Amino acid sequence: MNDHLIIAGKSYSSRLLVGTGKYKDFAETRTALDASGAEIVTVAIRRTNLGQNPNEPSLLDAVPPSKFTYLPNTAGCYTADDAVRTLRLARELLDGHSLVKLEVLGDPQSLYPNVIETLSAAKTLVSEGFQVMVYTSDDPIIAKQLEDIGCVAIMPLASLIGSGMGILNPWNLQLIMDRVKVPVIVDAGVGTASDAAIAMELGCAGVLMNTAIAGAKDPVLMASAMKMATAAGRAAYLAGRMPKKLYSASPSSPTAGIIASVRS
Amino acid sequence: MITVYVNGTARQLADDCNITRLVDELGYSGKRIAIECNADIVPRSLYAQHILHDSDRLEIVGAVGGG
Repeated sequence: MNDHLIIAGKSYSSRLLVGTGKYKDFAETRTALDASGAEIVTVAIRRTNLGQNPNEPSLLDAVPPSKFTYLPNTAGCYTADDAVRTLRLARELLDGHSLVKLEVLGDPQSLYPNVIETLSAAKTLVSEGFQVMVYTSDDPIIAKQLEDIGCVAIMPLASLIGSGMGILNPWNLQLIMDRVKVPVIVDAGVGTASDAAIAMELGCAGVLMNTAIAGAKDPVLMASAMKMATAAGRAAYLAGRMPKKLYSASPSSPTAGIIASVRS
Repeated sequence: MITVYVNGTARQLADDCNITRLVDELGYSGKRIAIECNADIVPRSLYAQHILHDSDRLEIVGAVGGG
């Protein structure tokens, strides 16, 4: 079935996007990425470690940008200014690559997005030609404003980053999907496979996760579980679920031709 | 000599040192990095002609694992 995720005009066959943080080593990162089937992978931009041997293995060796679509993020940025600078560095680092993940955080305890700074950064980045996939709260009004600015995907949290609490407010995700036309991708909060399936059954275009895979006891097995759950949830969404009904009993087997009861 | 700040750490450099030379001294030649000087991007193509000045603040970054 030809059911691709289209972001900024580019087509992806996987609707699962994954982070590359928190793995025990680069080999595990790569094995988990391969098991997840993800094509888009997030990376962070950080100062080089000046004391370290520059020839040590790097993420770029284990996860070559020629095989994966890098999505540089602005994790750790608390102002629009820092986020914009970080992504300008990312674009230079990745030879003009313009697809980015914008996130501007509000506080270090919750990592909840600061939507005021996010809106400001999004405006600047879009005007500079970046294709911005934006992490935001599950506020449908802000989501629409981010789309109007020109963001190419809206990525609301389902619960706090790294919490694994799952899809806490499916109704807000629905409100967002009712209002925006660009892909809506759940970013943050997924804890296990059923969460990914629920997000996809709701009609989300994709899910982005890191800790749910890297923080599992067996990250590689969880990566493959997430691949299946994302695909299963998407298929269920496309299939169109049966309506929920509390009673109105409707047996699946014929009601006629049942043998006679011997009790009178 | 001039003093510049690389990723927050003071570093002495010869007068008229350009970014190509700094990158070389740090062992980053041919490595995938990006550099910002005083909050402005310095494109790779301009490393050789970009002369550093006293008190310049440089950020040198790479890609690392992240979510």
